[in-house]
Amino acid sequence: MTRALHAFPGGLPLDHYMEWTCGEESLLQPLPERIVLPLQQHIGLPATPIVSVRDKVLKGQRIGAASGYVSVSIHASTSGTVTDIGDHPVPHPAGITARCIVIEPDGEDRWCEIKAVDEYMSVDPRRLQEVIRDCGITGLGGAGFPAHVKINEGVENAVDTLIINGVECEPFITCDDRLIQEKAAYVVAGTRMIGHAVQAKHRVIAVESDMPAAYAALARLVGDDIELVQVPARYPAGGEKQLIQVITGKEVPSGGLAIHIGILVQNVATAAAVYRAVTRGEPVISRYVTVAGTVPRPRNLQVLLGTPVADCLRTCGHEPDPRQRIILGGPMMGQHLRSTNVPITKTSNCILVQSEPEPAPELACIRCGNCATVCPVQLLPQQLYLDARAGNYEAARQHHLFDCIECGCCSYVCPSRIPLVQYYRHAKSHIAAEERRRDGADHARSRFQARNDRLRANTEEKPDADAINTAAANSEYVQAAVERSRTRRQARDATPPEAPEPHD
Amino acid sequence: MTALLLIGALLACALAPQFLGPPPISNRSTVRQARLVSRIDSLLPQTQCRQCGYAGCRPYAEAIARGQADMDICPPGGPDTVRQLEQLLGRSPTHSAPIPTSTTDTALAHIDEALCIGCVKCVRACPVDAILGAAGQMHSVIPAACTGCGLCLEPCPVDCITLVCGTGRPQWQWPRPDPATALTA
Repeated sequence: MTRALHAFPGGLPLDHYMEWTCGEESLLQPLPERIVLPLQQHIGLPATPIVSVRDKVLKGQRIGAASGYVSVSIHASTSGTVTDIGDHPVPHPAGITARCIVIEPDGEDRWCEIKAVDEYMSVDPRRLQEVIRDCGITGLGGAGFPAHVKINEGVENAVDTLIINGVECEPFITCDDRLIQEKAAYVVAGTRMIGHAVQAKHRVIAVESDMPAAYAALARLVGDDIELVQVPARYPAGGEKQLIQVITGKEVPSGGLAIHIGILVQNVATAAAVYRAVTRGEPVISRYVTVAGTVPRPRNLQVLLGTPVADCLRTCGHEPDPRQRIILGGPMMGQHLRSTNVPITKTSNCILVQSEPEPAPELACIRCGNCATVCPVQLLPQQLYLDARAGNYEAARQHHLFDCIECGCCSYVCPSRIPLVQYYRHAKSHIAAEERRRDGADHARSRFQARNDRLRANTEEKPDADAINTAAANSEYVQAAVERSRTRRQARDATPPEAPEPHD
Repeated sequence: MTALLLIGALLACALAPQFLGPPPISNRSTVRQARLVSRIDSLLPQTQCRQCGYAGCRPYAEAIARGQADMDICPPGGPDTVRQLEQLLGRSPTHSAPIPTSTTDTALAHIDEALCIGCVKCVRACPVDAILGAAGQMHSVIPAACTGCGLCLEPCPVDCITLVCGTGRPQWQWPRPDPATALTA
């Protein structure tokens, strides 16, 4: 059965440069000297460490527990010793540090005992979700949303179509292509498992039309229960909302989720990870990473999570050069890395080396309207830009700023080289921060009011309560403690301040 | 019988207001004033730190609404709050004091549990009930409720409370692109 495909508005036909890396077998990235695992590699709350420094850990051992519903566990990617739990640089546009667990590998790469869920067709979908969360599976396509949350929503709402997304629409990236070619059986079996968990009526695996090898690999394995679809190569066809539009013709409502229209989308790598988790109990400890751009030997690597980006570049023969810039992710949506000494995380799909472009100053907007033509969400990019630039964040929000998927099409076509997406990101984070601040203020206001009401009620009921409290506060016990504290303070002030006091 | 009941009910309805206390004052200007106080209060940072000299953000808002307080004496609010108040009230501050710069709003109080003697003085000083503890028991700060106002520092007889800056790690924000040096996104 063939499915009639639809089109999404806007978008760009981009050169994909896939032939660089999609034909070659992926390499196993050797064990690094040090593994740095950020506690937050996903959207939601960071994991809570459940090991301590100097603990011996085994490969696949859970070292961070999910700390809430929207959170997943993290696991040791090799056996070794925990040497530090603290702040280390993580992949971030501003190069900030975050809490990480550092493991020094012992070189043995010894697995801990892992347990499989025997027969997935007979287990409860809830049990499957637990397995998925405990194996640390997040959306491995790039956003990193915990997979069990999406699947849980799928169990609670009726899922009409399950779409497994193998559409890698950004140029250079071929890690999903390679994964499908090498592990097609995992992808197909994982699709059946997720499909079973959410009881999806239709199951679709989507690949791009310029991935013939991956298509052939999947075509050999899919049965009648799974539709295999080739979608036209047009950026950003791999975006969740765009892919839904291409395959079903339905549009996700503004501010809504795919599940609201009965659709669940997961990445192919996520499906493969689900297969491993269910049949072997294997957590997510490695992923496929494409190394491309101006490196001598562009290649796909199978990298243990926590391996430094610099190690992956070295495997591909790259020499550090200050004139080049390193991008984590694709050229359209990736982020510029300030340092290559950051770990590969669950969401790192590509390392791209680009020669530093000429600094191109931003020119004035000439209102050509190209950005509006290519916008796949049919927003008004230049209006959003003007609002964000002028600080009219509320106006930007009313122009549906939060529906922007930050695909970068508008910046790409802008003849004035305006970094439009940066303006949108700035506006989005500014609005979010303002909302957080307002929530905090509302909370404080209500507590202040509640306290005042209580105090007033107390004084009306017991007018002499204050006197009793004051008497208690000046009791001998307190006086003695105050005296002790005063002598301690005097002793402290008398000694020369060599070591800084920890609480000053 | 029914008629009697009906008359009773009618009488009760007619007399009810006299027994239920005086009706609320619904003077138009009072209502307008109360609304103005709420709007000013919504612009204030709600740290309840009393650095303005009033007993909290709401009392300060009331003073501004009465025209008795200046608008630029709120250090946690900083210049942003002054600007918003100017917009709301349509008047500019008299600049009796220099416009304050906003302080780090991520500070939280921290109690050194080894030193705390459980005297309850800080619990009573906290304007938002963010300190938990009973007499003779160790006290603890509820981080989610603490506004970092610092009012608990002074009453502590054993100096076991400190304000720890940056405890609630500031959320990183995407910077606004600088048009002069902007590269492609």
